[in-house]
Amino acid sequence: MIEVGTELPEKVFYLDRALLKQYADASGDQNPIHQNEEFAVSVGLPNVIAHGMLTMALVGKYVSDFAEGAENVLEFGARFTKPVIVPAGEKVDLTVTASVSEIADGKVSLSLTATSAGVKVLGMAKAVVKK
Amino acid sequence: MLNPDSVGRTFAGTDVITISQSEVDAFCAVVGEADTTIAPPTFTIRITLTQFEAILTQPEIGLDWTRLVHGDQKFEIFSPIKSGDALTCDATIESYRVAAGNEIVSVRSDLHRGKDLVVSAWSTLVVRA
Repeated sequence: MIEVGTELPEKVFYLDRALLKQYADASGDQNPIHQNEEFAVSVGLPNVIAHGMLTMALVGKYVSDFAEGAENVLEFGARFTKPVIVPAGEKVDLTVTASVSEIADGKVSLSLTATSAGVKVLGMAKAVVKK
Repeated sequence: MLNPDSVGRTFAGTDVITISQSEVDAFCAVVGEADTTIAPPTFTIRITLTQFEAILTQPEIGLDWTRLVHGDQKFEIFSPIKSGDALTCDATIESYRVAAGNEIVSVRSDLHRGKDLVVSAWSTLVVRA
């Protein structure tokens, strides 16, 4: 039984350079800041960063799982507040949690939290699902 | 700098885009989604960001895509996307402002299947000073 305020279980995704390349191919976003460390540093970034939309896609998987299928996801939005930094040879975490913020008319609203290495990477992350 | 006259303009996508199962499979594989009968909720970014780039970098609009970062993103999904869907996509530049030298552009993309609106997607794009 879920109600307003219910905290949903945490799920941890792991990102590495191979996943960034896989996402670049799946999404068509081949911006080198997500693949090439030398280029990323040359434009003032600390290292290669994940696509904000990869972070959002993984949080979207969390939402789909809660909704018991992507077909039940009605709204999904987020602000990209900090980058997910992905050094070579490492797996970095994306830790996702959520709480139920509203239940009405067969729809459940979630307030989502996503962190990597303890840093909040999404702001105002919300989803509305049919449930 | 973006041409301010372009704010409020809507740009029709030129082609009908047909979604293939392999595209959906590839997107599902990234996020670990086993059910590939429905595209994941953020799948349509594959269509809309490419379209925004094509529109906003036209010389008459003038956005510098190389210094662009993604500020925020929102989707409203009225009907789930599946393989075989034939979609059209039009984009509207909803707002533009400059803050601390950064250009902030809000664009909305509407995807239709025939006459039916299936997804609206909003992106805020920031061109760093």
